[in-house]
Amino acid sequence: MFDQLTERLNQVFDKIRRRGRLTEKDVDAAMREVRLALLEADVHYQVVKDFVQRVKERAVGQEISRALLPAQQVIKIVYEELVHTLGEPEPLNLTGPKPRVLLLVGLQGSGKTTTAAKLARHLRRQGERVMLVAADPYRPAAVQQLQTLGQQLDIPVYYEEGVPPPELVARAHRQAEQGGYTVLIVDTAGRSQLDDRLMQEVQEIARRVEPAEVLLVVDAMIGQEAVAVAQGFRDALPLTGLVLTKMDGDARGGAAISIRSVTGVPIKFLGTGEKLDALETYDPQRLASRILGMGDVLGLIQKAEEALDQEEAERQLERMLRGQFTLEDYLNQLRQVRKLGPIGKILEMLPGDLGRMARQVDPQQAEQQLKKVEAIINSMTREERQRPEIINASRKRRIARGSGTTVQDVNEVLRQYRQAKRVFKQLGRLGPAGLGRLFGGFGGLGGFGAPADFDGPDGDEAEAWPSAAEPTTSLRTRARAARPTPKKKAAPKRKKVKKKKKKKRRR
Amino acid sequence: MRNWLNKWREGLARTRKTTFGRLAQLLGATEITAETWDDLEALLIQADLGVELTLDLLERLKARVRREGITRADELQQVLMEELRALLQPPPAIEYPERPTVILVVGVNGSGKTTTIAKLARRLQNEGRSVLLAAADTFRAAAIDQLKVWGQRLGVPVVAGQPGSDPGAVTYDAVRAAQARGSDVVLVDTAGRLHTRYNLMEELKKVRRVAGKAQPGAPHHVWLVLDATTGQNALQQARAFKDAVGVTGVILAKLDSSAKGGMAFAIQRTLGLPILFVGLGEGPDDLATFDPDAFVQGLLEPDRKAA
Repeated sequence: MFDQLTERLNQVFDKIRRRGRLTEKDVDAAMREVRLALLEADVHYQVVKDFVQRVKERAVGQEISRALLPAQQVIKIVYEELVHTLGEPEPLNLTGPKPRVLLLVGLQGSGKTTTAAKLARHLRRQGERVMLVAADPYRPAAVQQLQTLGQQLDIPVYYEEGVPPPELVARAHRQAEQGGYTVLIVDTAGRSQLDDRLMQEVQEIARRVEPAEVLLVVDAMIGQEAVAVAQGFRDALPLTGLVLTKMDGDARGGAAISIRSVTGVPIKFLGTGEKLDALETYDPQRLASRILGMGDVLGLIQKAEEALDQEEAERQLERMLRGQFTLEDYLNQLRQVRKLGPIGKILEMLPGDLGRMARQVDPQQAEQQLKKVEAIINSMTREERQRPEIINASRKRRIARGSGTTVQDVNEVLRQYRQAKRVFKQLGRLGPAGLGRLFGGFGGLGGFGAPADFDGPDGDEAEAWPSAAEPTTSLRTRARAARPTPKKKAAPKRKKVKKKKKKKRRR
Repeated sequence: MRNWLNKWREGLARTRKTTFGRLAQLLGATEITAETWDDLEALLIQADLGVELTLDLLERLKARVRREGITRADELQQVLMEELRALLQPPPAIEYPERPTVILVVGVNGSGKTTTIAKLARRLQNEGRSVLLAAADTFRAAAIDQLKVWGQRLGVPVVAGQPGSDPGAVTYDAVRAAQARGSDVVLVDTAGRLHTRYNLMEELKKVRRVAGKAQPGAPHHVWLVLDATTGQNALQQARAFKDAVGVTGVILAKLDSSAKGGMAFAIQRTLGLPILFVGLGEGPDDLATFDPDAFVQGLLEPDRKAA
C-alpha cells in the first residue's frame, strides 16, 4: 500500500542508513521511491521525471560530506531541490498607474470569488483603497456572492446587469479611477482553458484594462490536469502569479510544483480556510515539507516562536533539568500551548501519523479538556501545586468542588502530571540522545537526523549540520528549540540555537 | 429522449485529443518494448488513475502479455481496455422507495454540488417526478440565491432559511414541506466542506440525522459530488465522506473539462462506491448516467475524426 510519503521515505532511507555509504544503486533505489511519492502527491508525471533526474545527478555526482550521513544527504538534496523548484515568494506587484488591476482567473470552483474577497481585505489592511468587480455573469448568483462578501467587508463591488464582462471591467476601471481607488480586483467566471469563447473573453478583459497582476487561482487538490490548465492559461494570458486555494485540506499540493515548472510564475498566496482572513503568504520550505508529507512543522514552529516566552521557557527548562517539575510548571506549559492558538489549528499542522491521529480528535473537546486541567490546578493552593504529594482525598474533594469537576478528574490531572514528570526525568538521564529518540517519531523530520537507530554522533546531528544544510538545520534546531515540551534537551546548545535563529529572522 | 451518449462523446472528445489520442499512436502496430510500458505508465498516471492502480494494472498487463503471448502493441490496447472496464461497474438503478425520497448531496468546496443538483432536478422532472430543493448551504455567500435561481429556471420549489441559519433546520423544513406537498424527491444542497474539518463534518452528520427525524429512513441516498480534475485527494475525500455520512454513490462533475476523472477507478475499487452520473457541461441537461463502457472507450478509443 502507498501510504503517507513520510513513512515511505523513512523506509527508503532506513535501507540506505544501514549501508553506511551511498552507492549509485542506493540513490537509484531511493529515487524510485521519491518518484512514486511525488506522483502520489499529484506532481505531474513529466515534472517528476525531470525533478528526479536533477536530484539523481546531484546526489551521485556529489562527494558525501564528512558531516552528513548518506541518507541525510539524499533527503537534503531532495528537499532543497523541491524548495528551489517552488521558488521564492513574491509580493503583489502594485506599481503602474492607479488603479492597479488584479485579474483573477481559473477553473470553475477553484475559489476565485472567495480569493477576490480575501485579497480585497488583505490589501485594504495595507492601506489600499480597493474596489471589486463582479465579472461572472454566467454562474447563477456569482455576482450576489461577491456582493455579499463586499458588504461583509464594506468594500464596493462594481456590477452592471447585461454588460459583457470586458466592457463591464472597463467601466469599473473608469469608475475606480475617478473614485480615487488604488486597486481594482476583477473576479472572473470560472472557465476551462479549452473553452475558446471564454478564453477570448478574458483575453479581451486583459487587453482593456492592462492588469498589474494576472493571478491563476488553482485548487490545491487538482491532479495531473494542473499542467494542462496552467499551460492553457499561460498561453492565453500574461500570468504573473499563482494562488493555491483550499490548502487547509489534506491534499499534498504537488500541483504547485507542476504549475511552477510550467508557468515559471511565482506562488503569491495560499488560501487556508473559508473565512475571509484565511489568506497566507507562501513559504517554499513549508510547502516543500507538506508535499513531502512532513506536515507543517515550520508553521508550528513559527507559531511557537511568536507565542512562547523564551525567557520563561528557559527558566522552566533549567528547573526541569534539576528534576524540579511542579504542577505550576505543568500549568505554565499548558498555558503556553494554548497561546499557540485554537487546538484544532495546531493539530492540523502535525505531520504524518501524528497528523492523522490528530484529525480524529475533536478540537472542541481537546480545548475543553485543557480548560478543565487549568481550572483544577487553579483550584489548588500554592503549596499543593509545589508539593502535589500532599494532596489527599480531602484536598481532592475540595479541589474538585472548587473547579467544578469531579475527584476522578482531579486524579486524572495528577496522573498526567506524574507521567510527564517521569518522562522528563528519563529524558534527563538519557542526555541529548533521548531527545533524538523523541524526535525520531516526529514525522518526516525524523528523516532529517534523529532516528532511533542512528549510528552517527549521538544526538549531535545539529552540530554536524551547520555549514552544509542551512535550511534543514535551522528547521531541526528550531524545532528543537521552540517546541515547549522537549525544550530542556536543547539546553547545552542553547546559545548556538539562538544565534542561528536571529540570522534566520533577518532574512 | 436526448442522445446523452453523444453528449458524453462530445465531452470526452476533448479528453481524448489531449491525452488519450496519443495512445492510438503509441499503441500502433509495433512491437511491445520497454518504452511501450513506460509510455503506458505515463498515460495512466496522467489520467489521474493513481500510482497504486497504475502499477497494479501494468503488472496485470505484463502477466497477460506473457501468458497470452501478445507481442504487438495494438493488441495491448484491447487488453488494457478489458482490464480497465473490469474495474468499473455499471451504476445500479436508482430507487425511490418512498415519497418523498430524500437525497443528500455532499462534497468539498467548489466541487459543483449546486450545479449538479440543478441537473439532477431537471433529470428527475424529465422522468416525471416532482422535486423539491433544500438550500442547506447556509454558509457560503449567496449559495441560497444560487439554488433559488436554479429553482426558478426549472420551476422547482426551493425551501431555504436565512443565511447563517442551521442547515439541519432547513433540511427538516424541506422534508416536511415535501411531505405536505407530496413531492417525490427532495434534493438537499449542503455547504461545501473540506473533509478534514472536524466540526463541519460533524455538522453534516447532524444534517443527516435530522433528515431521518423528519422522515424515518431518510436520507435514502447520499451522493458525493467530486470534481473530475481532483487528483489523489479524491480517494481521501470519498473515504472521509463515506465514513461520516455513509455516501452511497459518486457523481463526477466537470468531466467536460480536460480532466479525465481517472480517480473514479480507485474510488470504485477501494471503496466500492458506484459512479452514478457524470457532469458534462454547465447547462441543466449536461448530466449523463455513468456508462462504464463509454467511459473506458472514450478514454482509450482512438479518435478517428480527429486523427
